[in-house]
Amino acid sequence: MMAKVQKKKMKSPYSYWLVAPVAIIFLIFFIIPTLVSFFFSMTRWTLFDWEFVGFENFVQYFKEASLAIGFKNTLIYGFVTSGLKVVFGLALAILLTGRLRAKGFLRSVVYFPVLVSTIGVGLTFGVLMDPNYGIINTTIVSLADKVGWQTYGPGWLVDPNLLPLFSIAFVDVWKGVGMATVIFMAGLATIPQEYYEALSVDGGGAWDKFKNITLPLVQPAMAAVIILSFIGGLRSFDLIWAMTNGGPGFLSDVIASINYKQYQAGFYGLATAGNVILLIFVLALTGPIYWYFNKKERQA
Amino acid sequence: MKRFLKKNWIDFVAIPIGLFIFAAPFYFIFVTASKNAKESFQFNFNFGEKFLLWENIKTVLATDDGIVIRAFINSTILTIVSVTLVVFVSSMAAFIFARRPSKWTTFANIMVLAGLVVPPAIVPTIWVLQKLHLFKTMQGLIFIEVAYSAAFAILIYKGFIASIPKEIDEAAAMDGCTGFSLYRRIIFPLLMPVNVTIIVTTSVAIFNDFTNPLYFLPGAENTTVQLTLYYFSSAYLTQYNLLFTDILLITIPPLIVFIIFNKRIVSGLTAGSVKG
Repeated sequence: MMAKVQKKKMKSPYSYWLVAPVAIIFLIFFIIPTLVSFFFSMTRWTLFDWEFVGFENFVQYFKEASLAIGFKNTLIYGFVTSGLKVVFGLALAILLTGRLRAKGFLRSVVYFPVLVSTIGVGLTFGVLMDPNYGIINTTIVSLADKVGWQTYGPGWLVDPNLLPLFSIAFVDVWKGVGMATVIFMAGLATIPQEYYEALSVDGGGAWDKFKNITLPLVQPAMAAVIILSFIGGLRSFDLIWAMTNGGPGFLSDVIASINYKQYQAGFYGLATAGNVILLIFVLALTGPIYWYFNKKERQA
Repeated sequence: MKRFLKKNWIDFVAIPIGLFIFAAPFYFIFVTASKNAKESFQFNFNFGEKFLLWENIKTVLATDDGIVIRAFINSTILTIVSVTLVVFVSSMAAFIFARRPSKWTTFANIMVLAGLVVPPAIVPTIWVLQKLHLFKTMQGLIFIEVAYSAAFAILIYKGFIASIPKEIDEAAAMDGCTGFSLYRRIIFPLLMPVNVTIIVTTSVAIFNDFTNPLYFLPGAENTTVQLTLYYFSSAYLTQYNLLFTDILLITIPPLIVFIIFNKRIVSGLTAGSVKG
């Protein structure tokens, strides 16, 4: 009781002033733009002048095919990249914490692409995936030739279907799987070795170990990988822009690249509406995932 | 020998496959960057007749009155100033959030989460920058990078500071060391391990950032390395050797960071995420 009274009188040594610098920067350059975006998304806007148009921008977003394709592509891209990062990240983490001798070396090799420029990676793979001269297709063609099969190889980035989007997603996974692997490795390190030994004594094989011990106990790490890569996937812009500019046509456009195109064309109101849509999209899709893993963790 | 092979067969499978998948593209960059313009059109893993990497580097650096050099200077300034600010402002705030739980810190936690998840509203940000006369300026972009990087840094710092015994700063507070001097003299020196993590991850992210300079710092004068690379991709359509030389040059800073901090990045990140 005494202590409590005293504490109230004494000034806290933890002054709120220390929060001020980051709070001011965050408020001016993040919170305020986010708040005003809701208003400007309902205007026709030139940055100097605006005219209120209600939900017209949103309606246009849903009606025009070149804009609406962004929803589908963003969803596909988010699911494909985060799904593959979970699968490959976990597989690599198990491999790189196992009885491999070159563990350290391979960890570095897998992680390095994470640190490299996305634009550089995109341009490089753009050349590797060139439909006629790229190494991937020349290899496929010459291998196919050996077994007497005539083919040109797939048009990785120019095919008029969903293939370009998947090709970019593949490069995204190549570049980002190192991050997922590191997170999974941290998760695997928390699993006590005794569990595996106990299962070995009971005669369990490698698959039993994976299914009954690794998979359930690596859940927190998996939640982190899924949420991080899903958010990253939904917001992805630079890799897509470096590889296809959203093309051919607008077939590999996602919401973020469409917003850039609208911005370039001077449709600021429409671009801002796209931003609001992306925000709602990200919150609506990651919210349930976050909630699901949070609930699971509390139960555990 | 047979036993050696049998025991280590995973290595013999994993090393070539791993190198092929993850290192071959970098080898391709290096090979193409050392060819002449004509040879660089043959997209393969064979070196050209002459090893022309140094000549290509000189050509790239001389392009447009040294725009690549200017871009490197700009990107270096942007990265160093932003990261320094991120380290100080985020760790100060995280210190308070970790030590003084209240209604306000709950609100702050929600803001941190928002900073991690919510995609920035681009055009309204340009509007704000224009009102402050910061649009198309380096200072403006620095503030943007700090605002976008702070949430992640605060999250990591907060987890780490929570593990520092509170008795340490209570003892210092008894001696009259409070507020900023408590942070600077007692807490900050203890943050070194996590500073490395934040400095490495944030500096790589900002140096490699393409989207924010594209929106908030357009124009040739102020360009950053990622923007020059993107513009080169259309200007060098006939000279892939020069394009890949530029890619190679831009990969060098992350490579240096990687060589110095490789072990600490992985261990630092894992320490953080086990907690989280």
